[in-house]
This record gives sequence, structure tokens and C-alpha cells, in this order.
Amino acid sequence: MIAPQPLAVTVNGSPVRRFVEPRLSLADFLRGDLGLTGTHLGCESGACGACIVNLDGQPVHACLMLAVQVDGMRVDTIEGLSDAGVLADLQAAFHARNALQCGFCSPGILVVAHDCLASWDASGTVPSREAIRDALSGNYCRCTGYEAIVDAIESTARARRNRGVAA
Amino acid sequence: MSAVADSPGAGRYIGRGLPRPGAKRLLAGRGRYTDDVVLPRMLHAAFLRSPYAHARLGAIDVSAAAVMPGVHRVLTGADFALLCTPWVGTLSHFKGLRSAPQRPLPTDKVVWAGQPVVMVIAETRAEAEDALEVIEIDFEEREPIVDLDAARAPDAPRIDADAPDNVLFRTRIEAGSVADAFAEAEIVSVDLRFGRHTAVTMEPRAVLADFDPSEQRLTVHQSTQTPYQFQDLYARHFGLSEARVRVIAPDVGGSFGMKLHLYHEDMAVVGASLLLKRPVKFTADRMEAFASDIHARDHRVRARLAVGPDGILRAIEVDDVTGVGPFSAYPRTSAVEGNQVVRLIGAPYRLTEYRADLTVVAQNKVQMSQYRAVGHPIACAVTERLVDLAADRLGLDPFEIRRRNYVTDDMYPHTTPSGYRFEKLSLATCLEKLHDLMDYPGLRAEQAALRERGIHRGIGIATYVEITNPTPAFYGVGGAHISAQDGCVLKLTPAGEVSCAISITEQGQGSEAIIGQIVAEGLGVDRDHVRVLTGDTETTPSGGATWACRGAGIGGETALQASRKLKGRILEIAAAILQAEPGTLDIRDDAVTDADGTPRMTLREVANLAYYRSDLLPPDVSPALTVAHHFAPRGYPFAFTNGIHGSLVEVDVETGFVTILKHWVVEDCGRVINPLLVDEQIRGGVVQGLGAAFYEECRYSETGQLLNGSMGDYLVPMACEMPDIVIAHVETPTLDTELGAKGCGEAGTAASSGAALNAVNDALRPLGAGISQLPMTPERILRALDVI
Repeated sequence: MIAPQPLAVTVNGSPVRRFVEPRLSLADFLRGDLGLTGTHLGCESGACGACIVNLDGQPVHACLMLAVQVDGMRVDTIEGLSDAGVLADLQAAFHARNALQCGFCSPGILVVAHDCLASWDASGTVPSREAIRDALSGNYCRCTGYEAIVDAIESTARARRNRGVAA
Repeated sequence: MSAVADSPGAGRYIGRGLPRPGAKRLLAGRGRYTDDVVLPRMLHAAFLRSPYAHARLGAIDVSAAAVMPGVHRVLTGADFALLCTPWVGTLSHFKGLRSAPQRPLPTDKVVWAGQPVVMVIAETRAEAEDALEVIEIDFEEREPIVDLDAARAPDAPRIDADAPDNVLFRTRIEAGSVADAFAEAEIVSVDLRFGRHTAVTMEPRAVLADFDPSEQRLTVHQSTQTPYQFQDLYARHFGLSEARVRVIAPDVGGSFGMKLHLYHEDMAVVGASLLLKRPVKFTADRMEAFASDIHARDHRVRARLAVGPDGILRAIEVDDVTGVGPFSAYPRTSAVEGNQVVRLIGAPYRLTEYRADLTVVAQNKVQMSQYRAVGHPIACAVTERLVDLAADRLGLDPFEIRRRNYVTDDMYPHTTPSGYRFEKLSLATCLEKLHDLMDYPGLRAEQAALRERGIHRGIGIATYVEITNPTPAFYGVGGAHISAQDGCVLKLTPAGEVSCAISITEQGQGSEAIIGQIVAEGLGVDRDHVRVLTGDTETTPSGGATWACRGAGIGGETALQASRKLKGRILEIAAAILQAEPGTLDIRDDAVTDADGTPRMTLREVANLAYYRSDLLPPDVSPALTVAHHFAPRGYPFAFTNGIHGSLVEVDVETGFVTILKHWVVEDCGRVINPLLVDEQIRGGVVQGLGAAFYEECRYSETGQLLNGSMGDYLVPMACEMPDIVIAHVETPTLDTELGAKGCGEAGTAASSGAALNAVNDALRPLGAGISQLPMTPERILRALDVI
């Protein structure tokens, strides 16, 4: 075991300073040290997608990163993205469509969908259902059968596109 | 008759597709799952697991581990010997079922690869895992018993040395004269193999036990669907007062039946907290989940069907052999699944001649027990495969042979040859509805046209009959402490809102949402003014909780009757104040009204009065605004539901890959309380069934090693592989309850793999090939096609 190392990171907009063991994963750091338990651990091997958070604006598996690797960077978790309101329409669509059951996979799916929606929005396209299903290829859901999730993302993309056109 | 039009209340909430109130919290990352719970002075557990499927346990040296940084205690089987009484997974109504006693950790032998052997308790999970690496154990390897047929051979080595053989349970069901029926009929037969699979809940199992010696109180936070069952188990096996054992199931990240069995780690964690007098947490990682969560559906079924030249089914004969791991799971046993297979085969059809044999065999693999739609997918696939083969033999269409043979609407109540009693099913209605929904003639025409171009599509259908709303006949009569009743405590708060504590639990299927709808409608209050509490043995009344599709049918009826009771209380108090007869008053929109709906006083005024100004009530009128109600089903032993699935697939005959193009479900779960939730329950269930059909299999080596125990190796359906799923409903409410609801949670899983099996075989048939093993992997399809 190597002695704890200093770590300075911006989490959900606030600076955080801690000493952490080099072997500590980013997911365990967020959950254990910071109490940000919205980041979930389903497999700890990068397969299920439940732990996905944004690192400098890009979705990453928090279970595959070490906390010391994010020194000096910005991490946004489901809690921060929710509080900032950037997911509000997507969350409302998931809620209305019941695009979740146990909710354990939902934070990772929302982070991924948020990222995809931004690029679809930037390109001015509404994604096909196949494109949405493909975008979710790194996220397991065991409850919903995926269709409602696809519906919720599709309706959000369409609403954002319509708003964009209207503006 | 729609659910809304004849609903017991005003039709405002029952039958409406309202979103779940609790879902917003989960979407905001504010869920609170067991592993999220942190207690002061909490320690973490990790387990050293057996690398061998079968071995005698020699000396265990933990001395190096005990002095590792952060380690508080290292525990072995001997440490629990006097702390905890052993458990045995038998039920008295399964005569002859036997199983070896279980303890938290083994003392003499290990019986599956992955069995926990030594437990380390440390400051952190990482430190506990560090210490596992320096523990030394002398394992003396023994011959593993893996294969089903080898395990039941008379001279097979035995897993339990005291037992005469490795067969844990045998039963035979016999009705009529099968031999006579087979003597004078066409015969079709199957030899179907079903791969072991497992639940893969997104949240792994987690348990956090906190024993307070000053009050002799045990609090356990646990990811489970049955907190009362665990309260009873911990109290009984550790000799604690049940009233001082509290089990809290906070948010649960999926369960599917997997989280209602007792696991060795649960008992070890509780035992460790009792010994250390501190909170101890264990959360399984994914590898541990694959190697110790229950597996399901390891069956080999040989079956024959006799059919007359008129296309009328005459008899079915079945031999089901199922491998359940080294012992029978506790407290529900590993015999229930096979029992349901042999009782449900042939259930939708008019049959009087039936014989079925069940053999439950021990093996050195992970324990096998109840998982979503227990036994149903096996029974459905066997039956529906036989029926399709019979149709093929006689040149009948799959729809036509079912039309000719279903139990007809004038036959209810109907008893199957295996003894199940059906109040009323809607088989023919569902069949015709599916025919229209699929546009069956159009699909057949398209299939024929595509075959001309070398594209091989298959269309399959599968009928299911599902067991829901179980009475004590299920477990109680067998001696298990598993409740068939539910309880509800309903309170009008001083501010005139409603608090509802109920014994059914929430794992995302929407139990809390539907109970809120039922109570709001039953009382005549706004849904937003009803708060539903679940999952805590200290704050909710005891009851069966959520399994076997009992939440809506039994829990919902309990809530409805409780709301009637509370309404009576409110009206009695209001009547005393208003100087009216309670019978002339009603409650609508949170107000006590005259019969014509004219508001007389708000519920807030009634509550204020009862709580703060009871001096204004006549002396013979109680101010109580809390009621408790319990309900257990008393009519039919089970409420059977039914439905039918359709599957459209395309088989690539060069690669063996199957594309699932579309799936249809017509289901009848009685009264639909929330169609939004029912539809998503069914879709999720279908996808679990399609996983069994095409992807999911726990694969073992000859030495009993699980070969694919990770999410990278064990395939679970993903978004891009799954089709859109079309759902339609038929509603045949049960008359056993006022609510009329039956279960819907297993309908999706029950028949989807059977429909897919028939669909793939329909695609292969013109090529002279057939497949009889699930999952239908590309390799198996290519073998069926004789390509490899």
C-alpha cells in the first residue's frame, strides 16, 4: 500500500481537497469520501455503465478511473447535473414515460443520454431509435426492457429540436 | 367493462397510467440503496471463497491475516457454531424433500466453487480484501458432481455423505390413463434443455447489520424484497427477540426473486455484528454475485404429447430433471420451481390424461432456486413446443390448434389434471386479440415472400398461465414462516393528509405508486395527499411483502379495505359534528360531502377537530383516525392469470445470429391499476425472457468452475439487441376480491422464451432443422443446421 496522495478536484462546481490512497477508484472516492451516492457500482469493470459521470464534460466510467487520475480536473455527477438543472427536461421525460424501475442504472444512463443529446442537438438532428439504442450500448438496464428509455430520450431530442427551431 | 368505469371508487385513480411519485428521487441521484447507508463505527466484510466445487476443508491459518492493517477480526465456521442455529431448506408438503443443514460458514467441506469460507472484518473493504490474500487453507479436493445425469446415477459420489443418493426430491403427478391415450394417437416428443441463468440485479446483494448490545437490538439494512421474512429468520436463528430485530429495505436495485433467499453471507454479517458489537457491511461485487446469487432454470425436460387426427390433444407425459446445486435453498426450497413446471405443463388445454415425473438433483454448483416467473418459462416452452409440433404433424396452423384445444369459456371454474383450479381465464379472447395485433396473415405472407429471397424469418406464439396471489397453500402449509397476508396502517394526519404504511415492498415496479392510487380513490382524496411507506419492519405492519405477483392483488386489496375502514372512521366523526347520519355522507376531493357531493367540511377540519378539539366530540365517538387492516386471500388458492406472446425473428443461416424483429404480448392480469406500470413491467419481463432465449447461461466446466462469471462474459440483453414490444390487455378481474387485481410481474418472462423458441424453429423448419436448447446461441443454431 502506498501512502495517501493529495488530490485537488472540482466536483459539481465546488473545489475539493483530500488525501487519497492511489488505489482508490474515482467511484469509491465520490461515494465514500464525498457521499455522492448517486454514482452506482454495478460491475466495477466498465461493463454496466451505472457509474458513468462527466469528467471535464466527457462521460467516463468512474469505476475504471483512479481518483488520483482526476487531479486538477472537473467531475460532474448526477447530483451536480440535477442541481444545475441541465437534465431537467430529460428527467421529466424519464419520469413521465416511467423509463426507470429500480433506478440503479438511471444516473449512468442520464449522463450518457445528456452527452448524446448535446451532440445531436448541435448537429440539428433528431436521432433514430436505432441511433439511441446504439448510444445506450454501454448501459445495462435489467428492469425496463429499454423501450421506455428510448422513448424518453427520443421525445427529449424532439422537444429540444422543436425549441431550437422555434428560437 | 373498463377498469375505470366499474372501479370501486370514483374512477379517478384506479386504471390511470400515472407516473410514480418516487421515481423523481431516483432520477435525481437521491436514491438510498443499502450500500449508500453509512453508520458510525461501521466495519466492512470480505469473504475468502472456495476455489473448488467440492473439497474437504482442512486446516485454516488466519494468523497472518489477523494482524494485517485495519483488520479487526477474522471469522471461520467454528466462530458461528454456537451463535446461530443451522437452517434446512425443506417444506413438509413436499414429502421426502431433504437437504443438508446449512451454517453461515462451513466447518468440514465446501460444496460449490465460490462458497464463502472465511470472513475478514476490517476498517475498509480494501483492507479486508488485502487480508484475504494471506489466509491459508488446506483444501482436499473431492470429485465434483456437475452433470445432471451423472449426479443421479446410483453409483455417483455423494455431495451429502449421509444421504442415500444425490436426489433431493421426487414426485409424480398422474391423472387419467396416459398409456391408453398414447396407444391410439399421433405422438410428438421433445427433449428440451434449459440453461442455468441468474438474476443479474443491477444492484448486487448488500447487507449492513448493526447490533446494539445495550438494548439487545439488531437493525439490519438489507437489499431485499422480504424484510419481514428476514426479521423472523434473524430472530429465530440467532435467538433474539423478534420485536428487537428491525429489518430495513431502503431503495432496492432490482430483486426478481433473487433477493428473498437466505444467503450464507447474510447470516455471517449478522453474526459478525453480534460478535463485534459494531455495524458490519457486506456488498457483493459482481464476480461474487455470479458465484453466489441463486441461479435458476437448470432443467432437462423430456415430454410427449398424444394428439388425435382431429387435432384434439389427448395426453401429455413429462419427465423433468432439474439440478439445484448442493442443497435446497432456504426458506423457500429449491423444489418449488420443478413443482410448478410439472403442474403448469399443459395448463391452458383441455386435458384429462396427464403424467409428470420430477426429479430434483443435487450438484456442486451455485444453489438454484426461485427467480422471476418460477417454473413458468419451462412449462410454457415445453407445452407450446409440443403443441406446435402437433400442429405441424397434422398440417394445422399454430393459431388453429390452440383454438381447438384451449379450456373454453363455459368450463370455468376449471381444474387441471395437476390439480390447479382456475376461476376464469380469457384464453380464446387473448388468442384472437394477438392474431389481430400481429396482423398474422400479413406476417405469414411477408415471411413466404422473403423466403423466396433467402431470408429466413420465423413466427412463434406461446400461451401462458401464471400463478399469482398465492394463499398459505404456497408456503405456510409447508411450515415456512412466509406470510400470505398483508397489512396496512392508514392514518389521517392532523393536517388532513394520509399516511399509509403497508407490508408490500418496492423494488421499482411501482408498489408504492399503485397503493397510493388505490388509497386515494378508496378514500376520495387527492393522490398527492397520500404518502406511502414500505420496507421497514418497525414502521409498517407485518406481511408477505412482494413476491409471486402478490403486491397488487393482495397488498392492493388490503389497502383498499383499509381505506374503507378509515373512511368509515372519518365519516363517523364528521357525522357527529354535522349532526348527520354517517351513511348520508361521502368523501370527495378531500372533503366530507353530502350524498350529492355538496362539501360540508374538509378533511383538515375533521382531523384538526379529532386531534386538537376532541372535547367537541360526543363521548361515545372515538377520536381515532388511524386504522389497521390485514387481508389474506380466502377464495381460490391462487389467482391464475393468462395471456399469449408472439415473436418475430430472423435467422442468419450463415452465422447463426438471430435478430429479434418484434414481440407482441396480450395479457390478462385482471383489473389494471396503472397501465403505464403494467406495460413496463411486462416489457422488462419480456426482455429477461429473451435473455434466457438467446443470451443468458451460467456455463460450467467439468470440474464445476463457473466459466463466465462476469458481466463481460455473461451476456445480458442490451438496448441495441432488443425489439420494440407491443402490448395489449384483456381484463378479467378476480371476483375473490373487491379490487379484482391479479399479478402482472411475471407475465413477460413466462412466455417470451417459449415464443422465441417456436419462432426460431419456425424459421428453421423449411431447412429441415430444429433446435431444442436454450439459450439459442449462434453456435447451437449452426449445429442444428448441420453447418458445424
